Amino acid sequence: MAYDKFEILKSTAVPLPIENVDTDQIIPARFLKATERKGFGDNLFRDWRYNNDDTPKADFVLNDATYSGKILVGGKNFGSGSSREHAAWAVYDYGFRCVISSFFADIFKGNCLNIGVLPVQVSPEFAAKVFAAIEANPNTEIEVNLPEQKVTLLATGESESFDINGYKKENMLNGFDDIDYLQNIKGDITAFAEDLPL
Amino acid sequence: MSKTLFDKVWDSHVVKHVEDGPDVLFIDRHMVHEVTSPVAFLGIENRGIDVLYPSKTFATADHNTPTINQHLPVADPLSANQLKALEENAAKHGISHWGLGHEKNGIVHVVGPEYGITQPGATIVCGDSHTSTHGAFGAIAFGIGTSEVEMVLATQCIMQPKPKKMRINVKGELSFGVTPKDVALYIISKLTTSGATGYFVEYAGDVFENMTMEGRMTVCNLSIEMGARGGMIAPDEKTFEYVKGREFTPTGAAWDKAMAYWKTLKTDDDAVFDKELTFDAADIEPMITYGTNPGMGMGISKSIPNAEDLEGGVATYKKSLGYMDFSEGDDMIGKPIDFVFIGSCTNGRIEDFRAFASIIKGRKKADHVTAWLVPGSHKVEAAIKEEGILDIIHEAGFELREPGCSACLAMNDDKVPAGKLAVSTSNRNFEGRQGPGSRTLLASPLVAAAAAVTGKVTDPRELMENANA
Ligand code: SF4
Repeated sequence: MAYDKFEILKSTAVPLPIENVDTDQIIPARFLKATERKGFGDNLFRDWRYNNDDTPKADFVLNDATYSGKILVGGKNFGSGSSREHAAWAVYDYGFRCVISSFFADIFKGNCLNIGVLPVQVSPEFAAKVFAAIEANPNTEIEVNLPEQKVTLLATGESESFDINGYKKENMLNGFDDIDYLQNIKGDITAFAEDLPL
Repeated sequence: MSKTLFDKVWDSHVVKHVEDGPDVLFIDRHMVHEVTSPVAFLGIENRGIDVLYPSKTFATADHNTPTINQHLPVADPLSANQLKALEENAAKHGISHWGLGHEKNGIVHVVGPEYGITQPGATIVCGDSHTSTHGAFGAIAFGIGTSEVEMVLATQCIMQPKPKKMRINVKGELSFGVTPKDVALYIISKLTTSGATGYFVEYAGDVFENMTMEGRMTVCNLSIEMGARGGMIAPDEKTFEYVKGREFTPTGAAWDKAMAYWKTLKTDDDAVFDKELTFDAADIEPMITYGTNPGMGMGISKSIPNAEDLEGGVATYKKSLGYMDFSEGDDMIGKPIDFVFIGSCTNGRIEDFRAFASIIKGRKKADHVTAWLVPGSHKVEAAIKEEGILDIIHEAGFELREPGCSACLAMNDDKVPAGKLAVSTSNRNFEGRQGPGSRTLLASPLVAAAAAVTGKVTDPRELMENANA
């Protein structure tokens, strides 16, 4: 699925300082029944965001007008649980382009990279600073610079660099995905298939 | 150079290594189900690409299917639509499809091994994180996202950086009443849900060597719950014996060739792991979880730990206990329960139903308990009948449902109501996993059976005859 290129993102951020946020919270299974990729953003954090009668829960951060932006800042081990890419779609469709956390679950992180959401893993210390900065001023801006692999709290200039492998970085910068790459080496793949041990 | 089992299988499937990037990994077996595949099929169609190797993909419907009256049309229009999409996509692309009502239908990770689709040394993926189950056969098996499902359909490959390697040894002999599920929950409680993130695990040591294939599947299934990409166990005589003679298993000369190769699939003596952990089997007792992730588990006779004694955020821990309506220091034993679920790709195989039956035999279901007994496949269902377990189930006042994922993820009607407490043999106790507001205690089939007949959390050892005692 093609997505918008990612270069430098400057935005306010939404804080969610909870550890082990799992994919069943990001999008509960009962909302996975679509056969098209549409409307998942509406059900992002469904059960934390809405009461049983579908009225918004006032104390959940997505329902709090104080916080907004294209960056979601999560607690440690963000995205644990299922392989459902719907979780990453929900994050993207809601309007987030970047998730910052001190630790990501594996499959969720890979899914994000495949659909154009940048997972930025920072040190626990830096994550704490980000949470503190947002708490002190919800309008504080964060810059996520993919070419330089750097995340900066613009108010104070504090920054940290983050890792991403070169291949995925190129893809994100250009809005390419893996199928574009794999299609180009199909000859190698079919030749390889002839040669498998069994 | 010395290699681990994981290296051997991974390296033999690398089509190409991308510089400063992932490996292009060739996939031998691809399983698809109705929930995570429709958007992938749409994707290849939008790109105008065909499925490259239709014979390497296998479709089964399981996540979204009812567990009663499967002969009737599916009532929920959205579920029906997903099932129809799978059927149509499979037909259009020439992929085998074991849909609802098909005699081979069942949970994807249960039917794969049953029909010999799962084989040692293979790379196996599926858009479901518990694909790690197949690692029990010495395969590299793991869950993928829908973009990757699309990649496999289009090119039979995915692009993944090679994970780090961890070996987990459990040595000694398991105590009375301790099952493979307890071993896995014990390991996860020690590692936490993120302790193996970035790693692929090999399980080694006498406990796994002595385990049945079904037990090994339960352990490998739960690898993902400690964050690992997957887990695997070196194939041995038990593995070969299990695989032999199944529908998709090679025969004749192909079998001999396969055997010769499969026997090479073990970690070399001097191979090195990035991390190695060793546990003592004697420390493990029947386990139960008390929180909202599988790492929050403990021996059933213990009491809920204090936040201060644990790693991780105190606020998150308290939120979790708050959701469960439990307090630090509570005993789990004696807590009244409302629901029991036996099933899922973790514990929905015949040995699990045998274990369940061994406890309920001659007893009665507790009146206030609702129990869902859901076999992992039609094959399991048939064995339950053949072995006389169905009679034991009925005599004790239980009923057997039809196969599917059911309350493991509660996408169908099998939902635990808000606030109710369930003892479940599945794999996740996340908030609302078994229905909005539901509360889940993960445990073995023995613990679940003990709860089903007593109506509360009960140490199953009290209801078992200890032959050695
Ligand atoms: S039983 Fe649960 S974990 Fe297993 S395949 Fe079904 S939904 Fe996934």
